[in-house]
Amino acid sequence: MESAVLVSILLSVIAASTPLLLAGIGELVVERSGVLNLGVEGMMLVGAIAGFAVTYSSGSASLGILAAALGGMAMALVFAFLTLTLQANQVATGLALTIFGIGLAAMMGAGFVGHPVPKLPGLDLPLLSAIPVIGPLVFGQDFLVYFSIAAVIGASWFLYRSHGGLVLRAIGDSHDAAHAIGYPVIRIRYLACLFGGAMSGLAGAYLSLSYTPMWAEDMSAGRGWIALALVVFATWRPGRLLLGAYLFGGITILQFHVQTMGLGIPPQFVSMLPYLATILVLCAISSDATRIRLNAPACLGRPFHAAG
Amino acid sequence: MLIKRRTFTKALGAGLAAGALPAFGHQARAADFKAGYVYVGPIGDHGWSYQHDQGRLAADKALGITSTYVEKVPEGADAERVIRELAETGHGIIFTTSFGFMDPTLKVARDYPEVKFEHATGYKRADNVSTYNIRFYEARYIQGVIAGKMSTSGVVGYIGSIPIPEVIMGMNAFILGMRSVNPQGRIKQVFINSWYDPGKEADAAKALLDQGADIIAQHTDSPAPLQVAQERGLKGFGQASDMIKFAPDAQLTSAVDFWDDYYTERTKAAMEGSWASHDVWGGLKSGMLHMAPYANMPDDVKQMAMATEADIRDGKLTIFKGPINAQDGSAKVAAGEVLDDGAIAGMDWLAQGVEGDLPK
Repeated sequence: MESAVLVSILLSVIAASTPLLLAGIGELVVERSGVLNLGVEGMMLVGAIAGFAVTYSSGSASLGILAAALGGMAMALVFAFLTLTLQANQVATGLALTIFGIGLAAMMGAGFVGHPVPKLPGLDLPLLSAIPVIGPLVFGQDFLVYFSIAAVIGASWFLYRSHGGLVLRAIGDSHDAAHAIGYPVIRIRYLACLFGGAMSGLAGAYLSLSYTPMWAEDMSAGRGWIALALVVFATWRPGRLLLGAYLFGGITILQFHVQTMGLGIPPQFVSMLPYLATILVLCAISSDATRIRLNAPACLGRPFHAAG
Repeated sequence: MLIKRRTFTKALGAGLAAGALPAFGHQARAADFKAGYVYVGPIGDHGWSYQHDQGRLAADKALGITSTYVEKVPEGADAERVIRELAETGHGIIFTTSFGFMDPTLKVARDYPEVKFEHATGYKRADNVSTYNIRFYEARYIQGVIAGKMSTSGVVGYIGSIPIPEVIMGMNAFILGMRSVNPQGRIKQVFINSWYDPGKEADAAKALLDQGADIIAQHTDSPAPLQVAQERGLKGFGQASDMIKFAPDAQLTSAVDFWDDYYTERTKAAMEGSWASHDVWGGLKSGMLHMAPYANMPDDVKQMAMATEADIRDGKLTIFKGPINAQDGSAKVAAGEVLDDGAIAGMDWLAQGVEGDLPK
């Protein structure tokens, strides 16, 4: 295979993986704090339209990216208020957030249909970006791609190497114990939710500013749900999430090449592979009680009452 | 929160009032008449449902009536509920605009014989149910001719949605057009199992271009594939609406669905009581299908495209006329034989030059 074709395929894999990675790492941190937010899809869409609208109106992609993060955070704040302060059921609230987000984004975006924006510019370093193969792959990406990798490294460092991360994991595993020691369970969970919202918003911005630079209703087309599956697939570990996101993205691209090559593999089969893999991973980790204890946050989805 | 809601309610009220006002100016009958529309996608798709909504707005304006639309209606049990609701609430004519609304439309139509129903792209009719569709394949043939002239690799990447006759006839018309100018022309196709998923459409376009195609054709609804072509300095064709804004240097042309006149005419007929059930399959000639301006191509190709368009419109060129070979090279349509509308509408075979199998 020609190297130009290979580079181009790898570039499409990176593009397909980045939104999953951004939303996934946000949700991973949220779930690590013991909160299950199923509203990723809705937050992503609000981020997508916020990012698009601001970029289109102001002409500045940086402002757009900022707006996307804020948009996602605003949605997450609604979720956090309902589930953490009012102690509503997290699953129901998360689902409602998704449905609400789809509608809200459609309403916000009604005036922006049919307008293009320039694609988020890629890094263009003299000499480095011109290196064959490595140049475009490593030095030619846009800001959000680099940011997604940095976010994984940052989240990994935070969770395992910092005091804050230790507290967050402690809250996710046993909020009662963490509360008894005096950690602010609700406040930390609020912060985690806001972080998750911002990352989902950025994932949306990647869709509307880089992946397909336009606004279209429901443009996330289920990627928020894949990101949720990804967190389980990764067994709540940032490193595995990175791997999983690129695997999922790779399969997304692979299914089209499989079709054109005429290998006789049904495309539907290839497109269900990521989900199949997630189910297999779920089966694997559920079959072993120790592994569940080691990986899944023990308080995931359970409301916290500051009793006594 | 409260202020926001109040402002929103006010805005909504103002909108409703503005929408209702023009109706008061017309005769009572016009103001009373209501038309209903059921869309499968969001009107924000800038494609299929968007064009239907443009038609609705044009009809409302021309006739001075108000209409109701319901978007994002799934093709299933929900559709019947939505259509029934519209029939129950006094809509005199109801347009259901997706193939999957066929059976629900007929079912509701049986219970409301006085209401007129119009079902797009279907084939089942009744005394109060018409069907209407556009011969999109005419546009595909012209696109094929352009692609045959413009492609240097001789390979077109074709993004399909779902392997139904509507999509297959488009693909076949395309390759017939392409091979009329380049007998070696080929189509590489992928199906994305969706009418509308910008990300997936973009991925499919990238994969096809990586496989050696240098022009993208699509039977999906978003401008995403064109954006990919634009980014790579290659060419492509838009779908359902003029998408030149998304790909100023890449869009060669686009088939533009034009429902305005049909919706105006049929609603008017229903209002005046002259409505009768029929089956319309309009194309370039009837004005239901337009071609977006030919762009990004040399003058001779443009001339050729325009001549082809004129020939189809005048009936000088029949697209599905033999000899046509099937994918494996065997004769499918004998020389001189012309496929009738039934054979076209039920097309389930690929013509020679299209590579790859249809997904089962």
